[in-house]
Amino acid sequence: MIMKDSKIVLECHKIIGGYGEGEALVSHEPICFYLTDPKTGVIRERKHELVGKNLANKVLVFPSGKASSVVQIDGLFKLASHNVAPKALIVKDVETVLVVSAFLVKVPLVDRLERDPFETIHTGDFVKVDAEKGIVTITKQKS
Amino acid sequence: MTREEERILAGEFGEGTQKALELLVAIGDAYDAEKMIPINRAHAASSGQEGDLYFVELLANGGAKCKVPTSTNPVYDIGYFHRLFDSIPKDEAEVARRVMEAYKRVGAVLSWSCVPYMAENIPLYGENVAFSESSATPYVNSVIGARTNREAAQSALAAGVVGKTPGYGLLFKENRKGTHLVKVEATLKDEFDYTLLGYFVGRMVGYGIPVLTGISSRQNTEELINFCAMSNVSGAISMFYMPGFTVDASTVKEAFQGDVPEDKITVTNHELKQAYDELQTTSEKIDFVMLGCPHYTLKQVEQVARLLNGKKVHKGVSFWVCTSATTRVLAERNGCVDVIEKAGGHVVVDTCIDEPCWIAYKDKVGMTDSPKCAYYRRFKEVRVTRLQDCVEAAIKGK
Repeated sequence: MIMKDSKIVLECHKIIGGYGEGEALVSHEPICFYLTDPKTGVIRERKHELVGKNLANKVLVFPSGKASSVVQIDGLFKLASHNVAPKALIVKDVETVLVVSAFLVKVPLVDRLERDPFETIHTGDFVKVDAEKGIVTITKQKS
Repeated sequence: MTREEERILAGEFGEGTQKALELLVAIGDAYDAEKMIPINRAHAASSGQEGDLYFVELLANGGAKCKVPTSTNPVYDIGYFHRLFDSIPKDEAEVARRVMEAYKRVGAVLSWSCVPYMAENIPLYGENVAFSESSATPYVNSVIGARTNREAAQSALAAGVVGKTPGYGLLFKENRKGTHLVKVEATLKDEFDYTLLGYFVGRMVGYGIPVLTGISSRQNTEELINFCAMSNVSGAISMFYMPGFTVDASTVKEAFQGDVPEDKITVTNHELKQAYDELQTTSEKIDFVMLGCPHYTLKQVEQVARLLNGKKVHKGVSFWVCTSATTRVLAERNGCVDVIEKAGGHVVVDTCIDEPCWIAYKDKVGMTDSPKCAYYRRFKEVRVTRLQDCVEAAIKGK
């Protein structure tokens, strides 16, 4: 097996500060944190492209949140209280509920990457999100 | 940022107010808000859940106090429900108790009502406010003509504490223009038809500002409440226009501010019938009837009393009407509470459908006049139909 590492550094826009790193999990569909297993982080939403995948400790890349504010906020909060929240959130269309959710659990939240995150980041890449500096570093993992 | 805001962020006014402003700044960053805008009032859609508890206790323990009137959503009437049921989980009951206590400590208006714009916290036309809660946001924007963004409980509470909200979105006229033209060809006879209309329009539009045309007669308060609640549950409708009836645009053209609609939708009786059919279940026998989601107004409580007068709810059925404490006082005075209780029903205050107090009905089948009530999934199965049919089923048991 040949490992070939290549690093991409992108500027981004900070919404919730902090630093988080981990393996990327990319969702092309909106995410509802309420429809995950609060104890493990496994996505349970039927018909979701990531059903059965685990978002615990990942850097989650997704277009937007969805569902009512109460369930969305409570969903991420429950994941965080079981230590299985994502390490950072990279989002395309941010809205108030997502900001509140990330604020409460102190998970960095960024948007406006200088390149389309859905083209640049793939599930399995190693991603560092330094929201304070407004920098996302992607290490491609290809075998 | 003003000097005062800098001092708040530096912690000079205590940690609670600091945290509140930190959240508002993050939201402002997300929307590129240029500055904070003063508000006159707020409504926090408190929910009695853990995320809610964490934030309100963070503020309360940090010494924060609401700077402007900030009303609260229902949790549940702890005394009432614990007298009736011993199955309510202790830990969830404790969360509910602590949430209610913490809102008291931050100096909120303890309305415990999801329709605060009816009595406890009424915005004025043109006021900037921060109102969360599904029916409240579109109602104050569209019916009253105050200005609010789509808030979460926490962002609304933070705004109430600081007395400000980030300037973005629906606080500005240019962002309040219609997006979808909805031609209503359906016959709208009563409140329930507006429930179905809201349910259908919310789902079709998703996120946007619908402009409804073709409605021939003026809506009553309850019809507007239902339209707001359901369209903001099946979709994300923070605002709408019914030109000629609601504020700020007397014509369709005005509502779109001269622009063309992104999309056009037609609603006929057929669509309303389809929406209705989707909300039906196969069960015959029912175990409970649940009314008051959103909280019933006095007029609706009176209607229930009229339908139940001199009758008895079937012995296998529990009958619930949720309303605000304010409304209940008036319904006690005019004898409606007495009529409903004599028939075997409950009139409860401070209580939401989405709370652990209903655990006794987890595996039960019910009936309601509200798709929002059915949406919460605290019950096995809930059929949605007209109030009259709900009451009739409660009496017959099926």
